[in-house]
Amino acid sequence: MLKKKHAHKEKKESTHLFLFILGGVLLYFLSGWVDELRVYQGASIAVYVIAISSIILLTGYSGQVSLGHGALMAVGAYAAAVLRIEYNLPIILCFVAAVLVAAIGGALLGAAAARLSGPYLAGTTLALAVGLPSLANQFTVLGGEQGLLFDVGFPPLALGEEFTQYKWFFWIAGLAALISLWTIRNLLNSAYGRAWKAGRANEVAAQLAGINTARSKVLAFTISAGIAGLAGALLAMTIGTVSPSAFPLALSFAVLTGAVLAGITTLGGVIVGAVVLVIIPEIADLIAHKLGSSESVITNLPGLIVSGLLILTVLFVPNGPVEQHRARKAKHEALLGSTH
Amino acid sequence: MQLLNTLLIGITAGSIYALMAIAFVLVWRSTRVVNFAQAGMALLSTYFGYEAVSRIGSFWVALPVAMIGGAIFAALVELILMRLLVKHASSGAIAGVAPIIATLGLLGVIRAVISMIWGGQDLRIVAPISNDGFTINGSTLVFSPLKLLILVVVVILLILLSILFQRTNLGLALRASAHAPEIARLSGVRVDAVRTLGWALAGAAGAVAGLFQTVNGNGTFSPDSIEFSLLLVSGFIAAVIGGLDSLLGAVLGGLFLGITISFVLMYVSSGLFFIAPFIVLLTVLFVRPQGIIGVKASRRA
Amino acid sequence: MSLNVSNLTVHHGAICAVNQVSLAVPTGKLAAIIGSNGAGKTTLLRALSGLNKPTHGVVNWMGETITGTKPEKLVRLGISHVSEGKSVIPELTVKENLELGAIWRKDAKEMKESVDQVVSIFPRLGERISQRSDTLSGGERQMLAIGRAIMSKPKLLLLDEPSLGLAPLVVEQIFQTIRDLTTQMRLTVLLVEQNAMGALKIADLGIVLNLGKVVAVNHAQALIEDPAVRAAYLGY
Repeated sequence: MLKKKHAHKEKKESTHLFLFILGGVLLYFLSGWVDELRVYQGASIAVYVIAISSIILLTGYSGQVSLGHGALMAVGAYAAAVLRIEYNLPIILCFVAAVLVAAIGGALLGAAAARLSGPYLAGTTLALAVGLPSLANQFTVLGGEQGLLFDVGFPPLALGEEFTQYKWFFWIAGLAALISLWTIRNLLNSAYGRAWKAGRANEVAAQLAGINTARSKVLAFTISAGIAGLAGALLAMTIGTVSPSAFPLALSFAVLTGAVLAGITTLGGVIVGAVVLVIIPEIADLIAHKLGSSESVITNLPGLIVSGLLILTVLFVPNGPVEQHRARKAKHEALLGSTH
Repeated sequence: MQLLNTLLIGITAGSIYALMAIAFVLVWRSTRVVNFAQAGMALLSTYFGYEAVSRIGSFWVALPVAMIGGAIFAALVELILMRLLVKHASSGAIAGVAPIIATLGLLGVIRAVISMIWGGQDLRIVAPISNDGFTINGSTLVFSPLKLLILVVVVILLILLSILFQRTNLGLALRASAHAPEIARLSGVRVDAVRTLGWALAGAAGAVAGLFQTVNGNGTFSPDSIEFSLLLVSGFIAAVIGGLDSLLGAVLGGLFLGITISFVLMYVSSGLFFIAPFIVLLTVLFVRPQGIIGVKASRRA
Repeated sequence: MSLNVSNLTVHHGAICAVNQVSLAVPTGKLAAIIGSNGAGKTTLLRALSGLNKPTHGVVNWMGETITGTKPEKLVRLGISHVSEGKSVIPELTVKENLELGAIWRKDAKEMKESVDQVVSIFPRLGERISQRSDTLSGGERQMLAIGRAIMSKPKLLLLDEPSLGLAPLVVEQIFQTIRDLTTQMRLTVLLVEQNAMGALKIADLGIVLNLGKVVAVNHAQALIEDPAVRAAYLGY
């Protein structure tokens, strides 16, 4: 019985791996068909997917709130850019370094965070998000207000003459997103993931069950920060520079918003959150022009829609639209099952 | 002389943080929510004040207008958003973070609406009196008539607030509802209404903080002004230093933060302006997690 | 009959804590509700004072239906509830705790008179009038909780386990005070107690609750002598 279950699980694992690979292949062809703007948006979506999944891991699973992931993204971006400029490291190593440096920052923050709960942690990370990017002005190696250039280089010639820079961005970000999702998904299904969930549901009970909740929380913060660092470096890649103004408070909020819209307790809806964040400005533009609104309305409509959605989601679909749908379907099926 | 200067600047800034911290504490006490939209509400009130100044021309009209506007807006937020939140999001996996996310959403909505109405550009409120420093024995202080005025007004407001809380039935109802809502209800206190009142008072306190932060700076403000992000962070930190539950603690926390930051900027590096509050907060949380003035959670049985 | 409860049912989620309870207490009488842990005593009391919403049934007080009325309104109708576990607010002084009880009347003079009255009943509170109430002993806190309830000039007093965690001597004193108050102020009292013997001794009538249902109602003295009640609740 046990063996059978195990085999079943293994089979499930391999289907998932297959799905991820299939997704990658699909994206590869997709990037050939659509225009440049869409490709660029695709890269942005991939970046947001990574950032949002780092929040879902942290908040949805380990129950810790961070309003400061924008700052951790900045840490990753600066780490990558400095290594690229000062030591001319290969781009893949820059991204690895972004993960590691941000993870170290996350571990430090996490050690403080493990002693804090709910609003205290939120406020502390908020203070970090406001304060940290401005530190860049203190060190000349970080380039001050103008920031640093971050150039991942041209796509390899082997990919052909037609292969554009944006497509290259999209490839890198897309691949990074697939790898991140794959890693996070496996982490969440591991003993670590269960420890996080147990700690979130009931800290005392988890402790009594032998889980070191403090260490488990710090670990969650470290991993989440590392992933956020990767997202930051990729974001810097798509912009081309790393500067304090690229990582404003609004970025921290946007990522959190994406996570809530995605359904903060499951990884399943992460793409929904990322897509919404990227296409809302476009939709808002459309609405504003239809209504013939003034300039100030047009520029601020996306912000209004995103924030409004955030409130409405928390109030009416607190677990996110995807999870809500799944729960309803499960309930429906259970009802059907009971009548048979 | 430099020492005195640094101290006085710290006290002035600290008194503004104290008002903001009071706003946080009032909201925390009434609904157990940290209102991250507090700075947005203060900003909105500042725009109310700006409208009053530009129509009537007097800062002394703008102040009460901003306070009343801020109070009404905060009361509406409690009546609509907070009550919906209690109704829909008080259980489940997201319950712990729902208020945080909802108030952040509110912050975004407020900012967007302000930008739509007033535009994104800098607006200016002229200070009622000069912000040029006093001159003593030929040397000029940074401490100015304006800063003195801010201090005096804040002290007056604090006295009024403490009379309200310590000497009136309303204050008793506010305190009872904060510490033990069920006992308050059983004593006939309309706890729901008292909660709304707590938010309204917080809105008024935040309004004063917003106006003073603006005139104490360079007089300009905008929807994206970093001053207000800083006010949000500083007010929160001051409240945490004071234990989040105590009004006196909020005042002392504000002064402590203001003075500490002032000294750090003067004697360590002025480049630490934005990160200094974070460092102070981390230090406090590590040394005394229950806040400097906070009462120990354990009580005698 | 001043308090009439018929077919009252209260649920906690899916659990039925109070199941079709009917009872009546005449004006000026002290009724003791006894029963083991989890019998639904506290839930019943909380439903009467408006803290819990009943799913079914009717509560009638002095000819008025008050089912589901909020506690802050019920205080104004003369119903005072002292909830379980020394219901005082530790952050407030003794005087403030007392004043809280009369806060809805908004009359300073009357408030002062009521404070004096409570102090004359509980002189110990008078000695500690301006101390924070977390400096009080357990017995003093219970006096303060009852004092706060009296401040609102109630006609119906709902008391939830006033003897909880107190020394035997203090328990006896508190029970005696409750008896005296009932008689002197012509209060109607509903006293929920684990200490069945102590409660029945001072009560006029007794109500036995088991698993959310009323299983016996009788004169208190009769219940004390009832062999079944003795065996189940009085321990001999």
